[in-house]
Amino acid sequence: MTNIIGGSAMREEQILYLDGITVSFDGFRALDNLSLVFDVGQLRAIIGPNGAGKTTLMDVITGLTRPDSGEIFFQGDVDLSKLDEAAIANLGIGRKFQKPTVFESHSVFDNLELALKAERGVFATLFARLTATQRERIEAVLETIALTDVRDEIAGTLSHGQKQWLEIGMLVMQEPDLLLVDEPVAGMTDAETAQTATLLKEIARTRSVIVVEHDMAFVRDLEAPVTVLHEGRVLAEGTLDAMQNDERVIDVYLGR
Amino acid sequence: MFSRETVLFLIALGLATVLVPLANLALAPESVGHVPTYVVSLLGKYLCYALLAISVDLVWGFCGILSLGHGAFFALGGYVMGMHLMRGIGDRGVYGHPTLPDFMVFLDWKELPWYWHGLDMFPLAALLVFLVPGALAFTLGWFAFRSRVTGVYLSIITQAMTFALMLAFFRNDMGFGGNNGMTDFKELLGFDLQSDGMRNALYVASALALGFGYLLSRAITTSKLGRLLAGIRDAEARTRFLGYRVEHYKLFVFTVSAMLAGLAGALYVPQVGIINPSEFAPAISIEIVIWVAVGGRGTLWGAALGAFAINYAKTYFTGALPDAWLFVLGGLFIVSTLFLPKGIAGLLRAVAGRWPKPSARPALKPATAEAGDD
Amino acid sequence: MSRRRPTARRCLGPIVLLLALCFSPLTVHADEPLETLVQALAAKGFKAKTKAVEALAASGDAAAAPVLEALLAGKLHYVKKGRRVVRIEKRDGAKAMFDPLAGTDLGPAKRKTKKITINNKLRRTIRGALGALTLLSPSPTVRRDAARAVFRSPRADSLPLLEKALAKELDDAVAHEMRRAIAALRLTAGEDLDVRLAGAHALADFPDPQVRDLLARIANDAATPAALKAASEEGLAALNRRLELLSLIQNLFQGISLGSVLLLAAIGLAITFGVMGVINMAHGEMVMLGAYTTFVVQQLFREHLPAWDAYSLAVAIPAAFLVGGLFGIAIERGIIRWLYGRPLETLLATWGLSLILQQLVRTLFGPTNREVANPEWMSGALEITGGLAFTWNRIWIIVFALAVILALTALMRWTRFGLDMRAVTQNRRMAGAVGIRSGMVDALTFGLGSGIAGMAGVALSQIDNVSPNLGQGYIIDSFLVVVFGGVGNLWGTLVGALSLGIANKFLEPWAGAVLAKILILVAVILFIQKRPRGLFALKGRAVEN
Repeated sequence: MTNIIGGSAMREEQILYLDGITVSFDGFRALDNLSLVFDVGQLRAIIGPNGAGKTTLMDVITGLTRPDSGEIFFQGDVDLSKLDEAAIANLGIGRKFQKPTVFESHSVFDNLELALKAERGVFATLFARLTATQRERIEAVLETIALTDVRDEIAGTLSHGQKQWLEIGMLVMQEPDLLLVDEPVAGMTDAETAQTATLLKEIARTRSVIVVEHDMAFVRDLEAPVTVLHEGRVLAEGTLDAMQNDERVIDVYLGR
Repeated sequence: MFSRETVLFLIALGLATVLVPLANLALAPESVGHVPTYVVSLLGKYLCYALLAISVDLVWGFCGILSLGHGAFFALGGYVMGMHLMRGIGDRGVYGHPTLPDFMVFLDWKELPWYWHGLDMFPLAALLVFLVPGALAFTLGWFAFRSRVTGVYLSIITQAMTFALMLAFFRNDMGFGGNNGMTDFKELLGFDLQSDGMRNALYVASALALGFGYLLSRAITTSKLGRLLAGIRDAEARTRFLGYRVEHYKLFVFTVSAMLAGLAGALYVPQVGIINPSEFAPAISIEIVIWVAVGGRGTLWGAALGAFAINYAKTYFTGALPDAWLFVLGGLFIVSTLFLPKGIAGLLRAVAGRWPKPSARPALKPATAEAGDD
Repeated sequence: MSRRRPTARRCLGPIVLLLALCFSPLTVHADEPLETLVQALAAKGFKAKTKAVEALAASGDAAAAPVLEALLAGKLHYVKKGRRVVRIEKRDGAKAMFDPLAGTDLGPAKRKTKKITINNKLRRTIRGALGALTLLSPSPTVRRDAARAVFRSPRADSLPLLEKALAKELDDAVAHEMRRAIAALRLTAGEDLDVRLAGAHALADFPDPQVRDLLARIANDAATPAALKAASEEGLAALNRRLELLSLIQNLFQGISLGSVLLLAAIGLAITFGVMGVINMAHGEMVMLGAYTTFVVQQLFREHLPAWDAYSLAVAIPAAFLVGGLFGIAIERGIIRWLYGRPLETLLATWGLSLILQQLVRTLFGPTNREVANPEWMSGALEITGGLAFTWNRIWIIVFALAVILALTALMRWTRFGLDMRAVTQNRRMAGAVGIRSGMVDALTFGLGSGIAGMAGVALSQIDNVSPNLGQGYIIDSFLVVVFGGVGNLWGTLVGALSLGIANKFLEPWAGAVLAKILILVAVILFIQKRPRGLFALKGRAVEN
């Protein structure tokens, strides 16, 4: 386990580099001197019991929570700890929330249009018109997330699983280099879970993806290296099989 | 190009713009259908209220910002106009001072304060009608939105803002006439404010301003930015993580809305003939919100309708049953929030039966969304 | 702003009359009998009258006091024929004459009489003379007032009397006043410079604005000898330092007092808004209802139990709690529970409710202010030293506010209801799963907050006008307190209320009341920018959405 990697030259191979991140809330350390690296183009699963710091980790990466100490770099040399959510999103980091969060009073199509990578300025948005290429891109993503049939439905009327996919679709529309996906299969049927795994693997071919999940079957489907968090620290890293046989992991998380 | 509702609204407004002055000026006073001049001014006042309601709906209905301080923007626009009209009195005041308004002479002031200079020029006054409320909204919004004050907190801050301004404008040494405000206006652009012609002109101007405010708001809310605003209203965090700077968007729409409110105030003052600090009272600002709620938030035309309906009821009740009015108004607040979340507009839509069943939140546009067109 | 109440009129007259009958004349004998001196009051011209008054004072005879009282009250007349001085009183609608000294009835005023007129200068002289004459009264209040009167119109010949009175004085507060008067007398009317210098030095120990004015007058008087001038200035400087300290303490007290009023108004809100997250714009009306309950209870006592009038507040407090609480429960069950999770709608509906309640009270009780009297034990002031006094009603309100917040903290921490309440607000579904009836807890919690608002109304009725708009004046301030202190935190509410109250009172002197209020508003707005969750915010994992 090599967490400490010094020098920006070394960091460049990593999409994300965290070193010694500590976040505490009223004395409780949600992240405790956490160090992690994610390679470019990697699909990675993060597991861990409740309160292990998974969501706080996502908050720190996306700028919602400022770390008390530690360094966090994106693509080698961009210091994320100085930026806000919008700036980080525009750098190319997309985030899916634990609870599916889409624009419920808009149509599916409008949801994707709002997520479309474009100028984010006030006046650019005010006068924005869709080009034919952009329209095609939206249609293509609709196809990928299997929502073409409901493209004009109000998003609030979608099923839970469809909302999860719509949100993943919105992430794809942003064309990010790194996707953070928080519990994407909560409340899904087995078939939907399997489809979601396929979808994420597809996305991971061109981008880096970090998935936080509890569902072990889903994590297995992802066929990705696993990081186990516990009490704000990395407990273990490796393949899922290795983790399932790791004494410490069994003790704190998987149970005997 | 326009939705059916917009077309209907514009036709109704157009008819009112033409017919009322016609009925006042062309028909003899004793004939059936003649509209007395005082009614023209009353209707003109309602039109200003309707524009004010639209400005509130723009931020509340479409962006979820419940401003309890829009009365302040309205009053600031009114004060700018009031200052222009005061300068227009010239030496015809009670004290006959060539430049100083009566209340300054009364306070034994010797010189016009710096912020009164230039307001005798109409173009500058007209510009400031937009700029002063806009600047206040921009400043407040810049602080509030940047530090992510939302929901009820923002509402209370806006209420505190208008309360503070009320206290300030009550002070004589502010140079805005203190308690009594400004009144006894004589003329605007050289025309006598009391003349029938001027009263009708102000009415028409108010109707045009309402039409302008409606179309501007419609253009904003149907644009991609408008859909983003609704996205901010429904899921603010999502818009941030999509890379939008939420505070900039809120600031934009809040400032535009304040400017519209200022315009409404500026047209209101010459028609009622007075502006005083009571316009800043928090109760007035919150009453505007109820016009929008009763009319139907998130529809624009519903807000205008609500302003008309409630103010007509107010005029009626304060004349016929003054003690009952506050019961009625209070009841409206409760009934509209508990039983009519979509207001009169929602009711009308349901009756018309052509629109999708009302959901908890107003849909911004019909479900057949072809993105990007008006 | 506290309302001005009529202070108990000082009934000097009867007491002094009693004195005149019971006590032997004082030792300072005048050359002439008292009757002759009294007759001299009928003289023409203010100069002559002044002389007569001074002569009466110099007699040192307490019997002269009622005569001067009558003169001051405009009751002293002289019969035109013979210029005999008499006191005229109204009796059964007709005027009757009395002997001014003995008080014997001289029958109806048939003959022509003329009032002995006085001017302001003479009035002052009379007051000073009266002061000197009543310095030995058995009542400490009369003696204190006498010493104050001497201080205000110092005359050299009062000095021996004052010194004698001081030697006998047992009451510390009165002795304090007498020493002040002696020092002032020495300074202004001392026979040589040393005495006057001693007076100037002594006065520096009496920090009050009147002494400051006196010293300033002496220091600025061109006729004052240089040494005395220096001493006065020195005394003035020392005095100003002490006065500054006192005004600091006074401001602090005023601030704490205002803070506790804010606290009372805000505690209920801290529960309904802070703990439950319900924004209740009719909260101020709960306060108003509490104040009206106090009024009604007091009226009932006056009608049915006049002897127990002083204790009506003891009944009004629980009554106001019940009225506020029941209204609160009705509001929660009738309106608010349908609007949970929709704060902006709740705000509007409860605002409408506040309009209705105000109009209801206006219809029932009329639009004008209602008078709620202070009970005896809440009127007057606790005097610390000269110039520093804490009014009892404010002191009791501070005590009451602290008692309420302590009781509430105890309730939250140690009772079953408090536990249920915290459970429901933290995790509604889990609380329901362990058998807590969350609907019931919501209603009771809201009732508790509203009931406390009702009790706040009892306190406010003691210092503010009881009118339908009473609550409106406090609602914005209360919200500021809760937001500033940190939502959901009673300790924060306490600190928030006190700091806003104190800040307000310290800003007022140099900014004026209105500007101070604006400054506070702006400061809180800026503060919320910095810390949107208030002073004592609970930090937590950033909540999505």
